[in-house]
Amino acid sequence: MQSFIWLVPGLPLFGAAVLLLGGKRTNAWGHLLGCLTALGSFAIGAGLFFTMLGKHGAERSMHQHLYSWVPVPGTGQNPFQADVAFQLDQLSMVFVLLITGVGSLIHIYSIGYMSHDKERRKFFSYLNLFLAAMLVLVLADNYLLLYVGWEGVGLASYLLIGFWQHKPSAAAAAKKAFIVNRVGDVGLSIAVMLMFVTFGSFSFGTVFGAARGATGGTLTAIGIMLLLAACGKSAQFPLQTWLGDAMEGPTPVSALIHAATMVTAGVYLIVRSHAIFDMSPTARLLVTIVGAITLLLGAIIGCAKDDIKKGLAGSTMSQIGYMILAAGLGPIGYAFAIMHLVTHGFFKAGLFLGAGSVMHGMNDEVDMRRYGGLRKYMPVTFGTFFLGYLAIIGCPPFSGYFSKDKIIEAAFSKGGTSGWILGGAALLGALITAFYMTRMVIMTFFGEKRWAQDAEGHEPHPHESPSNMVLPMLVLAVGSVGAGFLFNLNDAFVNWLEPVTGPRPEGKLPSGLNSTTLSAVILVAVAVGVGIAVLQYGTRKVPAVAPRGSIITVAARKDLYGDAFNEAALMRPGQYLTRTLVYTDNRGVDGAINGLAALVGGTSGRLRRLQNGFVRSYALSMFGGAAALVAAILFAKL
Amino acid sequence: MNPENYLFLSALLFTIGAFGVLIRRNAIVVFMCVELMLNAVNLSLVTFSRMHGDLTGQVIAFFTMVVAAAEVVVGLAIIVSVFRTRRSASVDDANLLKY
Repeated sequence: MQSFIWLVPGLPLFGAAVLLLGGKRTNAWGHLLGCLTALGSFAIGAGLFFTMLGKHGAERSMHQHLYSWVPVPGTGQNPFQADVAFQLDQLSMVFVLLITGVGSLIHIYSIGYMSHDKERRKFFSYLNLFLAAMLVLVLADNYLLLYVGWEGVGLASYLLIGFWQHKPSAAAAAKKAFIVNRVGDVGLSIAVMLMFVTFGSFSFGTVFGAARGATGGTLTAIGIMLLLAACGKSAQFPLQTWLGDAMEGPTPVSALIHAATMVTAGVYLIVRSHAIFDMSPTARLLVTIVGAITLLLGAIIGCAKDDIKKGLAGSTMSQIGYMILAAGLGPIGYAFAIMHLVTHGFFKAGLFLGAGSVMHGMNDEVDMRRYGGLRKYMPVTFGTFFLGYLAIIGCPPFSGYFSKDKIIEAAFSKGGTSGWILGGAALLGALITAFYMTRMVIMTFFGEKRWAQDAEGHEPHPHESPSNMVLPMLVLAVGSVGAGFLFNLNDAFVNWLEPVTGPRPEGKLPSGLNSTTLSAVILVAVAVGVGIAVLQYGTRKVPAVAPRGSIITVAARKDLYGDAFNEAALMRPGQYLTRTLVYTDNRGVDGAINGLAALVGGTSGRLRRLQNGFVRSYALSMFGGAAALVAAILFAKL
Repeated sequence: MNPENYLFLSALLFTIGAFGVLIRRNAIVVFMCVELMLNAVNLSLVTFSRMHGDLTGQVIAFFTMVVAAAEVVVGLAIIVSVFRTRRSASVDDANLLKY
């Protein structure tokens, strides 16, 4: 079974290649091939999983060396050796199953969702490319190959966010996502270079083995650069601005980006590099701070959005913030970061597919103020969405409850002031999450109808989506309900990851708190959030046009001025700099050269007037010259 | 007789020739002035030859005469040709070759 690892990313890559190179000839069956490769990849992943189950502990890690990518023969202390080799351990396994499983469901859903799109075949080829890149990322056994997958994910997300590139907003969103991601990518490349300089290798084994011996400063630098990379890919503060705009892509893309691929890469990177973060408390503290800021930032943004997809985007930002926070807490949090990532993968994919289904039935309307009362018309969509909703707000016994509670508990267990601050932020985040998700459900599925005609004057006729869209939603709903409970049975998930992330220390909550009271406090916070939302949106009429709102609402609608900040702090100074440089180039450099040329041209223009065509004037100059010469000779003799 | 006087004569003739070339407009006259300058130089060559008792100067004078004869042939042909096409032998009229 071990020798099949390469097929896991290989199959989707093959699908993408066939669909892209085959062109229009593959239009008829392109979507089927796309689903087949994704499902095949999932089947192989499942086979590998069962192989793994048959072994124990550290023996479960599998390795496959394909070929030497950049062998540099020679000497020196650090021979440059980059291999294309895959390593499948428990952590990668979780990701492989999540990516291929949720990815396959999204592929199947896309058959129905994109059925009216002429470019459906191209869409599937990009989806396959996305899966392949993400699988390379999580399967790589060295940082250089991980970087290949990392960049591949960036490329695929660019292609998919800008899939409807005829819309200028989609094209701009794709570029924005790509450019913001570049900032993070620079961080990763610097981290990889630092590793090579410090440890003389890229491979996980060597780097993590040597991390113990490196100086604290170097490890902190590598950790901070890795954090920057994670911030870019996972849309964490301060690189979070691209995620909201990325909603310009088709809804399955949003589901794929938010649940299975892309934004989870940052969490993977940090947990994978735990050996480095373990040795550097400074870097870990920064990770938790970034996570805490983002989880509040995303939640506040989610509260103010009327666009259902943008609301979910804010929610993703916030939930990934939880994961980053957990990853930053160290060995106590790694397993829960990944567990929350998987449960989040289920319920967020379900929520996004539900949102897509609603849009599908409502003439692609995204404004929640134009929904209302849809639960009677789309019962299955409502049901799956509601289960996802219960999971994300952390209602027991749904999956979000198990993973999120553990993260909040781990944050409080950090101890000291920082523990209280981080735990408090996570608790507040849970309250806000409950508020905005309840608001979303009420505005969409409850209350009276606020439907409006679309641009062409069609009345919406909401209807249940076709079965190939509903089926994935049902499967994901099952995951949202049961995953958390299953993972938590006998600490199965924590034990599973232990060989990779190391043993998990038992958390010590600050005095005055114990696990039960904390759990109760969290539930009260969630209930308060739900209650406020019900009071505001359930019992009162929802205005069809958004009211002005308070200062915070206005700020949150504008993504808390993240774009404005980037524009003022980075874009405008950059523009001024380039403008000054262009001016200097035009006037200074070009001016000097052009001025010299003009001087020569003007002088020669005047000098050529001497050539007036009269022979005697030439003769005069000749005689004059001869006379001057003679005079000079005579004068010199004297 | 003092040979230097020949040199003065030669200089005088050369100057007359040079001024003729510069200020006259008729091509024939300009041409004659050129000949005058050539012969002034010949005179000075012969004089120097005599003064130094060396025959080289006289030999060069012969060369000059041969070259001058050839030059006359070519020059007159050009002047006649120009006159035929433009009905004028004025050197100022032939000023097309300019900036």
